Amino acid sequence: MSATAAKGPVAGPETGMATDKVLLSVEDLKLDLRDENGWVRVLDGVSFDIRPKETLGVVGESGCGKSMTALSIMQLLPPRSARTEGRINFAGRDLLSLSRRQMSRIRGRNISMIFQEPMSALDPVFTVGAQIRETVQCHFDVSKREADERAIDALDSVGIAAPRQVAQLYPMSLSGGMRQRVMIAMALVCEPDLIIADEPTTALDVTIQSQIMDLLLNLSQKRGTAILFITHNLALVSQNCDRMITMYGGQIIEGGPVSEVLARPLHPYTTGLLHSIPDAGRARGTLNAIPGRVPSLRAMPPGCRFEPRCPHATAHCTQAVALERIAERQIRCHRWQELAGSAAPMTAGAL
Amino acid sequence: MTMAGVDVPALSVQDMTVSFGRTRTIVRAVDGVSFSVAPGEIFGIIGESGSGKSTLGRAAVGMITPSAGAVRHGDVDPFALSRAQMNAHRRKYQIIAQDPNAAFNPRMTILESVIEPMAIARTGTRAERRARALEMLDTVALSPEMAMRYPHELSGGQKQRANIARALVLDPEVLVCDEVVAALDVSIQADMLNLFWRLKRDFNLTYLFISHDLNVVSHISDRVAVMYFGKIMEIGPADDVMNRPLHPYSEALRSAEPEIAAYEQRARERIILQGEIPSALNPPAGCRFHTRCPRAVDLCASNEPDQRELIPGRFVACHFAEEMLARFLPVGGGQEAECVSQE
Ligand SMILES: Nc1ncnc2c1ncn2[C@@H]1O[C@H](COP(=O)(O)OP(=O)(O)OP(=O)(O)O)[C@@H](O)[C@H]1O
Ligand SMILES: Nc1ncnc2c1ncn2[C@@H]1O[C@H](COP(=O)(O)OP(=O)(O)OP(=O)(O)O)[C@@H](O)[C@H]1O
Ligand code: SF4
Ligand code: SF4
Ligand SMILES: [Mg+2]
Ligand SMILES: [Mg+2]
Repeated sequence: MSATAAKGPVAGPETGMATDKVLLSVEDLKLDLRDENGWVRVLDGVSFDIRPKETLGVVGESGCGKSMTALSIMQLLPPRSARTEGRINFAGRDLLSLSRRQMSRIRGRNISMIFQEPMSALDPVFTVGAQIRETVQCHFDVSKREADERAIDALDSVGIAAPRQVAQLYPMSLSGGMRQRVMIAMALVCEPDLIIADEPTTALDVTIQSQIMDLLLNLSQKRGTAILFITHNLALVSQNCDRMITMYGGQIIEGGPVSEVLARPLHPYTTGLLHSIPDAGRARGTLNAIPGRVPSLRAMPPGCRFEPRCPHATAHCTQAVALERIAERQIRCHRWQELAGSAAPMTAGAL
Repeated sequence: MTMAGVDVPALSVQDMTVSFGRTRTIVRAVDGVSFSVAPGEIFGIIGESGSGKSTLGRAAVGMITPSAGAVRHGDVDPFALSRAQMNAHRRKYQIIAQDPNAAFNPRMTILESVIEPMAIARTGTRAERRARALEMLDTVALSPEMAMRYPHELSGGQKQRANIARALVLDPEVLVCDEVVAALDVSIQADMLNLFWRLKRDFNLTYLFISHDLNVVSHISDRVAVMYFGKIMEIGPADDVMNRPLHPYSEALRSAEPEIAAYEQRARERIILQGEIPSALNPPAGCRFHTRCPRAVDLCASNEPDQRELIPGRFVACHFAEEMLARFLPVGGGQEAECVSQE
């Protein structure tokens, strides 16, 4: 027999494996960026933390600030057009107070990032093997040959067939999904403490996607790696994350354990997202997009930022609303209690 | 099939092969693929990463020249056109590339980039082109403020939407969408899928819709093709392929698709593919899927299965397709008679 099928139930979400020590804590992060019209606030008081072994899912509207949160942590934004405020604590050090040299030692070695757009992270003039080798040699004192071997192993681990040959190719001659996996290999090769994965599997078919997720979770179990997992795929969040946060217009609007948030979302935006997912049974042209649009960052409503689009908005919603904590959950909505009372839970007994 | 046959297909490819590289490292990214897409039809393509979907899409619009086989746009052979004819023809056959940066010049604003194809095609006045670009950007939920920005000042999903706007300003007749909703949140994704559907309904726009998201493809497509290492494994009506996959690879894809745990009523059987993933540099002999196929037998390693029309409209390339089909028929064969009678 040349192949076998392993059949079993779909793995449930990972639960409560994280230890208590916080690895990364982001506190009241504010980010201003400059474009043609001057400065604009892109992140407005984002706070969360991640413990070793934990996977935190980040979802939210296109343009709500997910990638900017990641780039702020990595400190990869150009200082001339980006201003960061707040605290980013990583393993007991305040990243915002580190020098560029100190930060570049952490980057790649302790924290690595899988970028949303592989082509912007890969250098077109070097082979992919050379680029991964470079990353290894930058952080470990190993021979070129050893670094090459590690690069090839890393390519193999992300499901690249004939890794030795592919290592000699330039990014241009790889498919979209292969580039994405090269970047994942590069992020994993130094076995960092924290991986920030920004839409790491958007270009991958489901079989490779589950292979990559297994690889990330294995690393997390084996080495205690924490993962900040930015994605639009709620099913992936449901199967692979411990906790999740939902962002909207530069703020966190909801957070908590995945099993609770997805089974009983408290914020009308999260609920709207869950209702927008296409399924084969629905008539075409009739997907439930959330009506209306996110306002411009320069014209955010003074109260709840979702108010212009929210089906439950009342006059009171134009007042500022804070992120409330209730046990393990967080919610930014004036009416969550009323709404939670009226809405039937999606599955019974999840809370 | 009702849609095919009546009209000349809007797009058809016959035995198309596309190879890259030189003799020793030759990759046949697309290897003898045939299908045709009727006007107003949405033809979905799913398949393994690296299986040749983007290459197929680029060759289908005439961006790269196939090494063998034929491509027809209506009854036009795009590779036989002169450069001037091609320039006029190209606007009718647009592609939205997988890499959203490919379409943008980093030194041009988004608005300039969206105006550019109209300026090249010399449509309308300057003011009309600008108005049209802003209108299209608005359709994809990008404000005039966004239009004035440079590509690097947009989020991934905003760039992807600008890309969609850029392909639509010329009112194409055929649109190849290569992973165009992958970077969008599910609400905006729903918006874009509804938009694609409206354009099909109102303007008879034809699509080749490449995506790895089975929910998206099966929702939007009339028919789908499943690709694996340069070849088509299975073609059929979208819902039927999803509900009754007749090829072991489609079946594995279907079962690996993640679902939200809270929605999950029953524990699904998940087929985990094992065995060696082949390399495009030296594809396996026989059936290309045999190194990972849970059903493979010795025959599969030596003989390549032919593509056969198992039931009307369903083409499958697997030695055991009949057995796969039999599983979906009730015991006793009452339904079977009905299926066969359609032939
Ligand atoms: N240089 C800039 N000046 C002003 N605004 C900017 C600049 N760069 C990005 N932005 C804006 O910052 C916001 C946040 O962008 P970010 O890339 O974090 O979004 P995102 O949540 O990752 O979205 P997506 O899901 O589409 O990738 C967006 O609205 C974007 O338009
Ligand atoms: N310009 C090129 N030069 C050499 N090889 C190439 C080139 N473009 C693509 N290939 C190879 O052709 C094969 C198919 O690539 P293609 O981009 O069509 O795949 P795909 O199905 O779109 O994959 P993905 O889902 O990952 O985007 C891959 O093995 C790739 O390495
Ligand atoms: S605060 Fe009001 S407008 Fe905002 S989400 Fe809650 S109900 Fe809707
Ligand atoms: S021909 Fe054989 S190896 Fe190929 S899909 Fe069918 S059973 Fe599997
Ligand atoms: Mg992003
Ligand atoms: Mg592709």
